[in-house]
Amino acid sequence: MSTPPKRRRLEVEDIGDVTVVNFTDKKILDEQNIQVIGEQLFSLVDELGRRKILLNFRNVEYLSSAALGKFITLNKKVGGAGGKLVLCNIDPQIFEVFQITRLDKLFKIEKDEQSGLQAF
Amino acid sequence: MGNWRGDGSFEMTIDSDLQAVLHVQDAIALRLKSFAFEDREIFGIRLALEEALVNAIKHGNREDRAKKVHIELSVEHDRIEIAVADEGPGFNPENVADPLADENLERPSGRGLLLMRHYMSEVTYHPPGNRLTMSMLRSNGNGKVT
Repeated sequence: MSTPPKRRRLEVEDIGDVTVVNFTDKKILDEQNIQVIGEQLFSLVDELGRRKILLNFRNVEYLSSAALGKFITLNKKVGGAGGKLVLCNIDPQIFEVFQITRLDKLFKIEKDEQSGLQAF
Repeated sequence: MGNWRGDGSFEMTIDSDLQAVLHVQDAIALRLKSFAFEDREIFGIRLALEEALVNAIKHGNREDRAKKVHIELSVEHDRIEIAVADEGPGFNPENVADPLADENLERPSGRGLLLMRHYMSEVTYHPPGNRLTMSMLRSNGNGKVT
């Protein structure tokens, strides 16, 4: 099987000084896509110097533990740079995954984009 | 993808290729919908399958394309059973650090088994630890096998 092109997995929009990230995939499951998503998320902090990042999960129907790992690393990067990461619009089934893993305690999670923007 | 038998069972052997995992899940999820599985059940089975297959390919077979992963699945009116076997040396699940411990909460990996155990009714690794069986008892018990 050939390697798929690295198409953009994120839609990034600046609202004020907050970088709002939407995922283009409904399923953040397979390892190769997760790798690309991780690289694109990390570049927001490492290369573009973004410090306030809001991840909007409105399109996301599935995610795996590998995806959680990327969000944890992003949280560390943003926190280490003196910034803040907030998550919002998480589907109840996916929120359960955060609860099972206790990651709902680690991340700042807001109900919708509006409250997410106000959380910074 | 894979072979579905008339009795609702399914068998497939894949290369140790992470790209194949999503295709396996899609094939199985599509079939489960036709068996009247609920969305929540499919969500859990899909996630458990993802974690089991990624573990088998990455940690079991070390992504060696010469090694295979074998998947078996059977659906009955009140339960689904899944077996995933790799060609690696096996591992002891008791050696996996507790991902819920405060000191492990920020570790980026090690949650796959926890998620499998949450969504499935039973998860067992068989010695030497390269074969996993898991089952889900269906919540409504009225699924139809077609």
